[in-house]
Amino acid sequence: MKRLLSFGILASTVLTFASPSLAQTVFLSTQLRPIEEATVVREELLQGVGDIDYVVEEPPQFAVRMEAERQAGKHTISLVGALHGELSPIADRDGFEPLDELAKKLADGGMPQSLLDLGKLGKTSQQYIPWMQATYVMAAHKDALQHLPEGADVNTLSYDQLIEWGRKLQEATGQPQIGFPAGPKGLMARYFEGYFYPSFTGGVVRTFQNADAAAGWEKFKELWAQVNPNSTNYDFMQEPLAAGEVMVAWDHVARLRNAISASPDDYVVFPAPAGPKGRGYMPVVAGLAIPKGAPDAAGATKVIEHLTMQETQLLTAQRVGFFPTLNVQLPPDLDPGVALLAGAVTATQAADDALISLLPVGLGDKGGEFNKVYMDSFQRIVLQNEPVADVLKAQGATLSKLMTDTKAACWAPDAKSDGPCPVE
Amino acid sequence: MTQTRPWVPYLLILPSVAFLALLFIVPLVQTIWLAISDNGAPSLANAQRMVNDINFGRSVQNTFLLTAVVVPVQLAIALAMGTMVAKIAGGRETILWIWTIPLAISDLAAGLVWLSILQNTGYFNSLLFGLGLIERQTSWLSYQTPVALFIAIAIAEIWRGTAIVMVIIVAGLNQVPKEFKEAAEIFGAGPWTRFWRITLPLIRPALQSALILRTVLAFEVFAVVYALGGRNFPVLVGEAYNWQNQNQNYGVAAAYAVLIMVISLAATLVYLKAIKVDPERLP
Repeated sequence: MKRLLSFGILASTVLTFASPSLAQTVFLSTQLRPIEEATVVREELLQGVGDIDYVVEEPPQFAVRMEAERQAGKHTISLVGALHGELSPIADRDGFEPLDELAKKLADGGMPQSLLDLGKLGKTSQQYIPWMQATYVMAAHKDALQHLPEGADVNTLSYDQLIEWGRKLQEATGQPQIGFPAGPKGLMARYFEGYFYPSFTGGVVRTFQNADAAAGWEKFKELWAQVNPNSTNYDFMQEPLAAGEVMVAWDHVARLRNAISASPDDYVVFPAPAGPKGRGYMPVVAGLAIPKGAPDAAGATKVIEHLTMQETQLLTAQRVGFFPTLNVQLPPDLDPGVALLAGAVTATQAADDALISLLPVGLGDKGGEFNKVYMDSFQRIVLQNEPVADVLKAQGATLSKLMTDTKAACWAPDAKSDGPCPVE
Repeated sequence: MTQTRPWVPYLLILPSVAFLALLFIVPLVQTIWLAISDNGAPSLANAQRMVNDINFGRSVQNTFLLTAVVVPVQLAIALAMGTMVAKIAGGRETILWIWTIPLAISDLAAGLVWLSILQNTGYFNSLLFGLGLIERQTSWLSYQTPVALFIAIAIAEIWRGTAIVMVIIVAGLNQVPKEFKEAAEIFGAGPWTRFWRITLPLIRPALQSALILRTVLAFEVFAVVYALGGRNFPVLVGEAYNWQNQNQNYGVAAAYAVLIMVISLAATLVYLKAIKVDPERLP
């Protein structure tokens, strides 16, 4: 009996290890993680492309798992979907199959070349295929509009007008009503890299410590006086917005969506404010890539082709609120909240003074430390009230070392560089 | 039996030793190496990065301050609770059971419970508003209110972690022979003297275990602080988490991990030396 039992255990163990999830193509994604969205992916977006196992993972665990599979040489994942910045460290270690053929096909099919070029991650071959895009916008409760300073239009706000608006709101309600996602999981670093720096200095890295930047930080301190101090706890602005803690907020469209979709009649959505150098904005791109050694590269390619089809892209926009990477018109029967957000995205891109700030390229696995430079500057200048010039000098040195270490060249809106992007 | 086969005890503890070696010693060595190397060569670059970071000083200060406040308070409360429950005849188990409920709740859940009480739209503000003490939402957890934030975190930690101290102390109190107290009473010792001269010395081993366990856990405080303080109240483990997950610099994260381990080991050593336990009382 005993022998039989141990044999049974042994046999079942062997079977467990020996039988991989048969013929399933594993699709690992850091995007569309919440259960509602993942269900949409599984039941609608991936319909009819074979047996796909859609698995989600938080970004840090994603990085660890990909690196573990690469080091072990034992691959289970055939397809990954993640943000530009999350794919960059893996491409840096040559972890992806080149996708040039697919990219060429999509370029012919109407995917903008500028977007496809982002997917090269500064390399010569296509590392990922742009899957979905989004950006950051501002949202305000309609009650706040009556306090807009005279002559101000929400769609073409300047920083001075935003500060004045915040001051009037604070006067009227007794509390600061502007909110930023500066909490531990918030995307505040992107605000500095894609909005604040381009708008005030026309650059991100080159202009990090120049006089424009110093003046910009002084202006930002003025703005911060009108910002709810709980902002350093906010991760997703939809929560304080819906709870009525703040009336005006800046965040990623996907992190505003729940509040706005829940009561689209109560909100206006509009572009971020403009500074002296223009209205900086940053696109967010999620890409699809095939890891080297993928067990089912052919199946993965089929999924990429399916997800970048016009119908699937429109369905994605409709169901999860990420926008197409293909040049297509959104359908008129869009969810009203998503339509509001889409309107603000279009208004941002079409603004006369729009200044695009691309996602960092070539930082490899130093993307987190790059963000830290901006967040540390924020913490020291704004929260700890240290002298602007000293902080910018110290953080500028850190940034300069980071750029030299990674040899990353400048990206827009910084002027092109031959070597690593210099901090001037 | 053991005389003829002296290897049997070793064989019996082999699985646990192997298990520990595999899942503890190996990662420990790897972590230490990660902390003191840079690109495969020994280097103090990670430690330097850690020490020069803007949040290093604050996180060390916050962690020690929190430990220094929370542990003594918890010990005092646990002693009081333990002594009180010893006098109760009926319903003792029920009271103990209720007191240990916080033990069953995960750290993060405990943090979220307190967040729902103390956030702007939380129960605490609702209560104050209902009593007419405040006119509008007040922030307790922002970077502008560091004292309130500290008190909030300390209270949450005390609420969550006192039960474990109490359980150990109650076990210790149960082993104090009644005869000693009765004898002292006959010789005219008051309750205070009895507590200081008899109970406290006799529960030393329990005190020692409770203090070691609680202090080490206090140095590793994370989830409650993360939920309530986030970026506003950096602590050592939180910084290790940030360097690992957000900055993706595993070297500096490992340096933090090693630092926390060194602090915990040092604290354990201090307790072992400071609270001497009579060797005859050891099992």
